[in-house]
Amino acid sequence: MGQVMLSVEALGVTFRRGGDTVRAVRGVSFDVGRGESFGIVGESGSGKSTVLRAICGLAPTTAGAIRLGGQVLETPRPADFYRRVQMVFQDPYASLHPRHTVDKVLSEPLAIHGFPDREARIERALADVGLGPDFRFRYPHQLSGGQRQRVAVARALILEPEVLLLDEPTSALDASIQAEVLNLLDRLRAERGLTYLMVSHDLAVVAHMCERLVVMQHGAAVEELTRAALASHRAETDYTRMLLAASAGYTPATT
Amino acid sequence: MTALLTVEDLRVTFPTRQGPSEVVRGVTFTLGRERLGIVGESGSGKSQTGRAILGLTPPPGKATARVLDFDGIDLRAASPATWRSLRGARMSMVMQDPKFSLNPVMTIGKQLMEALKFGATQSRSEAKARAIAMLEAVQIRDPERVFRAYPHELSGGMGQRAMIAMMLVTEPDLLIADEPTSALDVTVQVEVLRILDRLVAERGMGLIFISHDLRLVSSFCDRVLVMYAGRVVEELKASELKQAQHPYTRGLMNCLPQIEGGQRPLPTLERDAAWAK
Amino acid sequence: MTTLSRREWLLSDQPQSRRQARLGQVYRTWLSFRSNWLAMVGLGIVLLLILVAVFANVIAPYDPVVGGDLRTERFLPPLSQGHLFGTDDLARDIFSRIVHGSRLTLMVVVLVAVIATPIGLLVGTTSGYFGGWVDTVLMRVTDIFLAFPRLILALAFVAALGPGIENAIIAIAITSWPPYARLARAETLTIRDSDYINAARLQGASSARILWGHVTPLCLSSVIIRVTLDMAGIILTAAGLGFLGLGAQPPQPEWGAMIASGRRFLIDQWWVATVPGVAIFVVSLGFNLLGDGLRDVLDPKARK
Repeated sequence: MGQVMLSVEALGVTFRRGGDTVRAVRGVSFDVGRGESFGIVGESGSGKSTVLRAICGLAPTTAGAIRLGGQVLETPRPADFYRRVQMVFQDPYASLHPRHTVDKVLSEPLAIHGFPDREARIERALADVGLGPDFRFRYPHQLSGGQRQRVAVARALILEPEVLLLDEPTSALDASIQAEVLNLLDRLRAERGLTYLMVSHDLAVVAHMCERLVVMQHGAAVEELTRAALASHRAETDYTRMLLAASAGYTPATT
Repeated sequence: MTALLTVEDLRVTFPTRQGPSEVVRGVTFTLGRERLGIVGESGSGKSQTGRAILGLTPPPGKATARVLDFDGIDLRAASPATWRSLRGARMSMVMQDPKFSLNPVMTIGKQLMEALKFGATQSRSEAKARAIAMLEAVQIRDPERVFRAYPHELSGGMGQRAMIAMMLVTEPDLLIADEPTSALDVTVQVEVLRILDRLVAERGMGLIFISHDLRLVSSFCDRVLVMYAGRVVEELKASELKQAQHPYTRGLMNCLPQIEGGQRPLPTLERDAAWAK
Repeated sequence: MTTLSRREWLLSDQPQSRRQARLGQVYRTWLSFRSNWLAMVGLGIVLLLILVAVFANVIAPYDPVVGGDLRTERFLPPLSQGHLFGTDDLARDIFSRIVHGSRLTLMVVVLVAVIATPIGLLVGTTSGYFGGWVDTVLMRVTDIFLAFPRLILALAFVAALGPGIENAIIAIAITSWPPYARLARAETLTIRDSDYINAARLQGASSARILWGHVTPLCLSSVIIRVTLDMAGIILTAAGLGFLGLGAQPPQPEWGAMIASGRRFLIDQWWVATVPGVAIFVVSLGFNLLGDGLRDVLDPKARK
């Protein structure tokens, strides 16, 4: 691993709801190198999405530190943070504003950050994610799930960030559409030297997309392993082995 | 093998502003006491097929068929009274999300007893014993507590198991499971599937398992119907999925990423307009 | 492109410009609104009210304030020569008074909508979006306003500032925004944590930008529906104040005040009070039908 782009050190996230405190993330650490693709795998409630939300400031960091390019991130995040780190959400049906056209979705970040030549940038962003100019003035309800997710990727990339946080970007999509979106993400990373941090419950998707990954359970990191180790089923812990077995499909009870 | 359910030329139509749109277009199959998988992507008509069999096509949709026969009963001409005696008692459906299928203001126990329609054939204590036994059968460790619990007090996996218990407590002959495990974690998913598996093996239930997950269906079911644009494009034995002939089925299998590593970029599915013809 | 009919251009799934996309959206809403004939009746009544108010000078055959000959033209029954709805105790033509009264009614409706809707939206979205103590403070203020009975507060207000249509409008506006604030807050709470609002935050959008550009457009339709449905009640409150002598002052041709002065002759000259009553009824009904129709097309939750 070359230069460290994003580093998470002993991260803790605690939510207070009424009288309860929920420790969603408990002491998770990992480093993501520049240009690397790193995965977080876990079941629902494992805290994997909360790690992403803590990085971009949507969830509170109650312990530990997050560093971007060696600098500790402060809360609230400085304005230029959002030009360096962007996120793609899980459900493309929920992440696009129902009353905004694609054009409005893409021009909004440009307006916020005062970019010049917006017209050209919007056209290029659409072309980059494989959508023609015909899509520019459509509303989300005129798009399919895969097209919506392409718009969400275009929105994340239009500010030309270095790091892309991917929160289950394909779990709401059909298998054939998932393949198209994964290929798109793969191509964009190669073209732009992006750094990916990808969260998924699907081991196969993470194995395909990421060079290294961490397995999370109940808010803690269980095991960190490489793509090669995963591919040859060389897992250290029982939990990872169980995930591996379950993702191969149904097996009748062996007892 | 005697057929439990015979479906011939099932069609489901919804009126739209542009005229009627057919979402299920002539589906034909028979089901014995076995596990039949229906696989397809969103919009393929797989869920509407399951609903139409139970007479639950949401209005203003209309379902028609040349033959729709359940154990000698013609479902096309079934009266509301016939449907009431069939649904729940002899044929049931498990939906994707237990949150929308359980009554939030009734305890699980009350809903189970309701499903049993106790009083007609058995005493209250007998009905309760059966309900508890069913909760145990779906691997709920503390059935007494769950019996008294309200749906919001249960986790997703627990709720889904309670839902399955409710659908199975009457020991139906036919269970239609529409994505019963997609809201669940893989580890819970395996447990739920084992329960269904055992019910088919031990009680001779017929199961229609509707899912988008080709890998799961092929490892769980005996036979698989692959649906595309409202039609069955291929029917094959689950064990012979690797020898699938139809380009759509093959495309669906190939575009899944592999843990062991595979092609990069992933092969994508080139849709052929002729498949929908 | 020239062969495309206007309808096809509007309904195109591939709009080529911002304008086409927006107009297409409006046209689709209009198409579904048009299929509801009761809503069209409501729209017709409201449009008629606006037209009558605008062209009152042209439509009304007589002066609404100055009456005719008190010896021969008092209490002429409806359909008399030259007096469609008859005349009142001061020999004024009732039709002309109704026509001019539509201006007052329309003014009440417009001013209340213009004052109460923005206040309600602003308070509701701010309160829902920020939560915490902002929410607590704003909602308690709302509760206080909500606790006043509308007519009684209006009475107190008018008693303090003196009777008159302007004060009545201010009083009604001040008592009618709290329900809109509650509604906007409830809508905001459901969208505050949605991914598209999070996405806007992640682009570095300021809270004001999110509130104005992302949250408000989504709350607007349900508030507009509610305002339209409330219009009937507002017209009735204004008429009620007029009836009690605290709204419009004589000789202004306000419908509620007309009923009040006509009630003395109700037995023998029934039309003097009945005609403005029917006018109030028809306009209230029109707003209700329109509001119901708007709910069907604008509120996604009511859609099948």
